[in-house]
Amino acid sequence: MAAVQETVDRVRQIDVDQYRYGFETIIESEKAPKGLSEDTVRYISAKKNEPAWMLEWRLEAYRRWLTMEEPKWARVEYPKIDFQDLYYYSAPKPKKTIGSIDEIDPEILETYKKLGIPLREIEALEGVVRPEGERRIAVDAVFDSVSVATTFQKELKQAGVIFMPISEAIREHPDLVKQYLGTVVPTSDNFYATLNSAVFSDGSFVYVPPGVRCPMELSTYFRINERNTGQFERTLIIADKGAYVSYLEGCTAPQRDENQLHAAVVELVTHDDAEIKYSTVQNWYPGNSEGKGGIYNFVTKRGDCRGDRSKISWTQVETGSAITWKYPSCILRGDNSRGEFYSIAISNGYQQVDSGTKMIHLGKNTTSRIISKGIAAGKSQNTYRGLVTAHRKATNARNFTACDSLLIGDQCGAHTVPYIEAKNASTLFEHEATTSKISEDVLFYCVQRGLSQEEAVGLVVNGFVKDVLQQLPMEFAVEAQKLISISLEGSVG
Amino acid sequence: MNVALAKTTTGAVLDGTFAAARGRLPGVGTVAETRQQAFDDFARTGLPTRRIEEWKYTDLRNLLRDVAPLAPAPDQAALAQAAKLVETLGTGDTQKLVIVDGVFAAGLSDLTSGGGVTVHALSAMLDDATSATRADLLRSRIVDPMIALNAAFATDGMLIDIADDAAPARPLHIVHVATRPSVAAFTRSLVRIGNRARVTLVESFVATESAKAYQAHDAVVIWIGDDSDLQHVRVMEDAGDAANIATAIVTVGARTKFNTFSLTTGGGVSRYQSFITLAGVDSELSTNSVHLLRDKQHGDCTFVIEHAAPNCLSRELFRAVLDDRAHSVFQGRINVHQIAQKTDGKMMSRALLLSDEAEIDNKPELEIFADDVQCGHGATIGALDDSLLFYLRARGLPEKAAQALLIQAFVGEALESIVNDDLRDVAISAAERWLESRA
Amino acid sequence: MTALLEVKDLQVRVEDREILHGLTMTVNGGEVHAIMGPNGSGKSTLSHVIAGKPGYEVTGGEILFKGEDLLEMEPDERAAKGVFLAFQYPVEIPGVTTMNFLRTAVNAQRKARGESEYLVPDFLRKVREVAASLNIPMDMLKRGVNVGFSGGEKKRNEVLQMALFQPSLCILDEMDSGLDIDALRVAADGVNALRSPDRAMVVITHYQRLLNYIVPDHVHVMSKGRVVKSGGKELALELEESGYAQYEDAAA
Repeated sequence: MAAVQETVDRVRQIDVDQYRYGFETIIESEKAPKGLSEDTVRYISAKKNEPAWMLEWRLEAYRRWLTMEEPKWARVEYPKIDFQDLYYYSAPKPKKTIGSIDEIDPEILETYKKLGIPLREIEALEGVVRPEGERRIAVDAVFDSVSVATTFQKELKQAGVIFMPISEAIREHPDLVKQYLGTVVPTSDNFYATLNSAVFSDGSFVYVPPGVRCPMELSTYFRINERNTGQFERTLIIADKGAYVSYLEGCTAPQRDENQLHAAVVELVTHDDAEIKYSTVQNWYPGNSEGKGGIYNFVTKRGDCRGDRSKISWTQVETGSAITWKYPSCILRGDNSRGEFYSIAISNGYQQVDSGTKMIHLGKNTTSRIISKGIAAGKSQNTYRGLVTAHRKATNARNFTACDSLLIGDQCGAHTVPYIEAKNASTLFEHEATTSKISEDVLFYCVQRGLSQEEAVGLVVNGFVKDVLQQLPMEFAVEAQKLISISLEGSVG
Repeated sequence: MNVALAKTTTGAVLDGTFAAARGRLPGVGTVAETRQQAFDDFARTGLPTRRIEEWKYTDLRNLLRDVAPLAPAPDQAALAQAAKLVETLGTGDTQKLVIVDGVFAAGLSDLTSGGGVTVHALSAMLDDATSATRADLLRSRIVDPMIALNAAFATDGMLIDIADDAAPARPLHIVHVATRPSVAAFTRSLVRIGNRARVTLVESFVATESAKAYQAHDAVVIWIGDDSDLQHVRVMEDAGDAANIATAIVTVGARTKFNTFSLTTGGGVSRYQSFITLAGVDSELSTNSVHLLRDKQHGDCTFVIEHAAPNCLSRELFRAVLDDRAHSVFQGRINVHQIAQKTDGKMMSRALLLSDEAEIDNKPELEIFADDVQCGHGATIGALDDSLLFYLRARGLPEKAAQALLIQAFVGEALESIVNDDLRDVAISAAERWLESRA
Repeated sequence: MTALLEVKDLQVRVEDREILHGLTMTVNGGEVHAIMGPNGSGKSTLSHVIAGKPGYEVTGGEILFKGEDLLEMEPDERAAKGVFLAFQYPVEIPGVTTMNFLRTAVNAQRKARGESEYLVPDFLRKVREVAASLNIPMDMLKRGVNVGFSGGEKKRNEVLQMALFQPSLCILDEMDSGLDIDALRVAADGVNALRSPDRAMVVITHYQRLLNYIVPDHVHVMSKGRVVKSGGKELALELEESGYAQYEDAAA
């Protein structure tokens, strides 16, 4: 009992100020004037040398956004955001046009180095000798609003894979972008997605041609650096017939007292027999121990299994952000298509998480699987919100959902809000959810065997999230495991 | 007085209905004021739509369109019909309290008091000007437009008081009989159970053949003291084109057992919403609900369980069997308050779809603020298992009989929860009636 | 005299694959036939098609039972006519007690044959008698059908039903699977007790072992959807020695 009390006490003194990625990079940047208007939209579009159709697309979204209201249904609370008090565009000021990776501001390279992200292919090859067969990862690094470097371009090109900042894709592959942009998350989708459509500045674009298995993991690292900056990235990934791609995204931001807004949109499209695996390790700054500062992470992610036998799998490890509002979803349109959602959401301090997924079964013989692990500590609120629905024609739809919550301390809350809807008799849906705390017996057993209290809790937590961690690519899984420990640091070790 | 227009689909102004009914509604002074307040509360939202989260799957504005005019008091013919129907209920030896078209029928009822049981008609209590607290009879702690509407219009109901240590030998049985078409009955009953009491309460909803397309609006408010035991059985067999919108608000004391069962086979549109608060320590709650629906029936079973005290146990079980184009809704929420450590709460919802056009919406929710808890819910949706059906058919059972056997097994667990043998038989025969009419 | 069961040039598909490619066999009253063959040879398919399991498409041939077209009948009609399949994997039916199930099934069959329903005391006496002979405790019959039963208990429950229903054709699908030698002996004794001149048995098995206990009059070897060899009980012993490999080649 005393041991448990100690844990609880530690949770109460939780120190999220230990955020390890909270350093700021001092570089000169170029910003759009503060506030949001048609002029801001035009400014961003002009900065990106966009074609006229793209500007029109943005302006239409902006005008629609003016008529919309912020969603209120999520279990999160925050003061009203003044959308006129934000910068919508911030780019590291280029000393000159960047021709190669060597010309990137060394400060930025240093930042990514601190984050442990190898931007330099050479670096990746020298230094540590990599074991035979280790996978390489192509990286697109987004700093505030713009992409600063994309690695392994040449090798990908050989395979026919297009992996580039979306701003470039708009110029270089306008037909592809036009064909897919906004078809999964329409500009009118929701308040934040519409805002993103108007002001997104960069993000990644991936196109994998028919029959191609992308030769390496693709990865994007997002970094918000500038003060009072909203980051609105847009990612579009298309896997053509029979293609496969695994995509990883990582997110960090410096510590700041004020809240920063992040409203991203991610669209995935899979054609017949294609597969996209999308993994996220989100570690935006969560705010300090008093709940001050932190990122508002309002994200719309959706995949469209457009083709038969196609598959989209979302894996997320969410440890950061003051507020997370995020429901990576799958539209299972193609017959025999499959959607997966694996999630670990950890909240501590004053963090608020409202996350989950939607599995929308439209095609025949579609299957989906949801495994969600929520861990609430400190004074945080952690909500799973999910929808599984089978439409009338979605015969033989199958879903399995397991969502489990773990509570650490008695000042936090864990909530489960699933919506399960079936409109035909051949549906087979199974859903189970549990909420519990770490068993005192288990803790005592571990401590008796010589583990410290922190180690014991860490052990239990790692066991709790194991099913989901296994879904991550190896390199990320190790990283994520560390991150989970850090997120609960001060409380559990 | 600033009364907003009550919103209904047809745009009709319910104000007129309320004004017309007022003269007939029991109670003056504070009671009348409370009714007006309740009506104003209702009028602010009108009939709930899917935009109200709690009513997301049961859009009454769409399903009911309008609130029907208040049913007239039953005449002799209606009472005679009702009397006949009550005889056929087969609920064994119960103390029957019969309400016909929203009005307490003393002639058909057994008002025997004694043994710690006191029974009154709500209308009489509302009219009792000497009671300072009579307006409280129309108030409740839950904010909901349909509860407000019920308070505004309630014509009658039962007021039952069970003293400490009482253990009435016969179950108390409230029977709602509808006899008229296209009218609405509003009833409200209050049951107060003392400490160390043991009670069985039954509610039946039935209709004579002449009753079509009517609306039954009911609310039951129950307080159970400490160390008591309440067994509650509700069987709703309203007409297939009728509406039954009902609420139960239950507060449970310490070390008390509350076991409630409900079966819904009737009603074109129905909702039974229960708000149960476990307010004392060490109590046990068990809810068992069954929907057997067909044609275009829409049934909604909604639970909000508040674990507001430590060390309580709750079990919610829901079974739906849906044929034709029936639509069933299950919403179950377990709220565990911060104080409610050692809560053990579990909820299981299972739906069986017999037709490709049947529909089920399921929303099991957990909201947890205490850490030392064991809570969980499960939900399954599916058709009858083909391999089981084949096994039964290979043993000689015709298809419908094989289905019936599996359906009986599917709802069996819920039916078995009824402790009283007579009442369990009543529920089982209601279920069998449904199955037989399928074949 | 008409044969009890006549299978003529039976062709069966599951989805897009043909499993039986023209199978012929005749079973007369009083006979015990063993059907042996490697996994995937179509043994279980044959038993399922005779019992009328959905999901199989008969694309050619016919099955006559006492001269009647069996394929035209619903599974429950076949049962009432006297076809009994002892399942390889008897299903569990939670919530339906074995006793209730037995009574419902017996009466459904009697009703279909135009016979009066069993009176409860008569039925109980009968069940008790048969259960005792099979070493089945009455407690087991109060539980859900096969729920929580061991492999041996499930098979004994199948034999119990066989004894109660008194079918004229018993198809035993891999009755020995998952049984230890003692359990097998009890089940086999139950089956042997039911042998009679007006009842036939078709014993489907992969191994010869079972045939030591239920001795067949005829043995058929199946491979790749056909009967490739028929003979007396000595054929089973021969197979035990030489294995199925030679027949797989023969079928190809």
